[in-house]
Amino acid sequence: NTVMAAQMTDAHRRFLQVLMSNGITEGSEARKLHQHCCETDKVYYAHDKLDDFISTINSHLQPLFMQIRKGISEDDGRAHYAVVNLAETEVTKMASDYTEMELELFRKTMDLIILSENGFASSTDILNLADQLKTRKMKKKEAEQVLKVFVEDKWLSEKNGEYTLHTRCIIEMEQYILSNYQDVARKCNICHSLAIQSQVCESCGIGMHLPCVRKYFRGQAEPRCPKCNEFWYCDTP
Amino acid sequence: QVSELVQFLLVKDQKKIPIKRADMLKNVIREYRDAYSEIVNKAGKTLQEVFGLQLVEIDSKRHTYILINNLPCAEGKYLCRDEEKEKMGLLLIILSFIFMKGNSVKDSALWEFLHLLRVYPGRQHQVFGDVRKLVTEEFVRQKYLEITPIPLTDPQEFKYQWGPRAEKEISKKDVLNAVAKIQGKDPTFWSSQYSEAEATR
Repeated sequence: NTVMAAQMTDAHRRFLQVLMSNGITEGSEARKLHQHCCETDKVYYAHDKLDDFISTINSHLQPLFMQIRKGISEDDGRAHYAVVNLAETEVTKMASDYTEMELELFRKTMDLIILSENGFASSTDILNLADQLKTRKMKKKEAEQVLKVFVEDKWLSEKNGEYTLHTRCIIEMEQYILSNYQDVARKCNICHSLAIQSQVCESCGIGMHLPCVRKYFRGQAEPRCPKCNEFWYCDTP
Repeated sequence: QVSELVQFLLVKDQKKIPIKRADMLKNVIREYRDAYSEIVNKAGKTLQEVFGLQLVEIDSKRHTYILINNLPCAEGKYLCRDEEKEKMGLLLIILSFIFMKGNSVKDSALWEFLHLLRVYPGRQHQVFGDVRKLVTEEFVRQKYLEITPIPLTDPQEFKYQWGPRAEKEISKKDVLNAVAKIQGKDPTFWSSQYSEAEATR
């Protein structure tokens, strides 16, 4: 059931423009936007046709090596949409917005987050990194300010003084992370997407997203690992 | 090449900084110099077709370009982040003032007008921060405003006019209609502004 490359209308273009300026758009916002665009540009609107609408745009973005991609938030399991660049080999999307030094700090922070057990890096650890940058040492105040900007721009998200990758970052950089952190990056055992924040089985080491864990163990008397069947010791969220 | 140029233009324009031909040649087109116009044309068509953005040359001497939004204006709700919306609001007020005053105003007149709105150049504004910087630097850099020194004035005075991006992105007709609505008059009340608004677009 292939969708023929339908024509782009102003509604599609408007939707795309807003998605791009938002950086990341949550599912229900995207649905509202879909309706708004169709109404504004007087295009046929069907509330359950968002996926087709997006497919039309994607068929035109494909030759430009861009896509509207859907990702699931690791915090609440909600769908989010972002326009990603498929040809990206590095953190190039960020390259034009930050200095060399800031990019180095980001890359090193990303290392810390991905290599960590729970997908978080403490601000203390990140500030220590800042002190050891190759480009030049970054002062504590400077680093705190840069981290603030990363959070505002939705590359990182902060919880209780610890930092993890924002859903936007994960959607945009999933391919980059999976290929560059091949041996370390975890994939969720349930949905098979990249997992930054995850719960890990104490016996066999597989990881799962918190929303995926929640769904999987719903209605089960005893939480058990889907792979090795050992008791699941982590708190089910 | 075309897709690379499209992405390059999108990224540059995100910051509303005009794009120079030299940058395009150096960073994207590189060895395909001979096909420059063809590549740029195709990129322009793609930007229009897929994104509803128009590639416009605003300076034919220095070959600088901007991307303008070609979609019919919709109610602002989804258009931009709150901070951007507020800046746009201030900008539109300034542009309206300039247009209604005959397309050019002296800096003293503009700041006097902004005083009435409790916006002061010397003071940090709650929403806009350093207003003087916003108006004289950011809006100018983005080509929304043009500020030129008035010769033979001491102390130096400046005149404020619409910049090339404003000329292309904002409809004088819409501005006049908005002002007319606020003042409860018919747009034809201002005959020279009305004929100018009808003439553009």
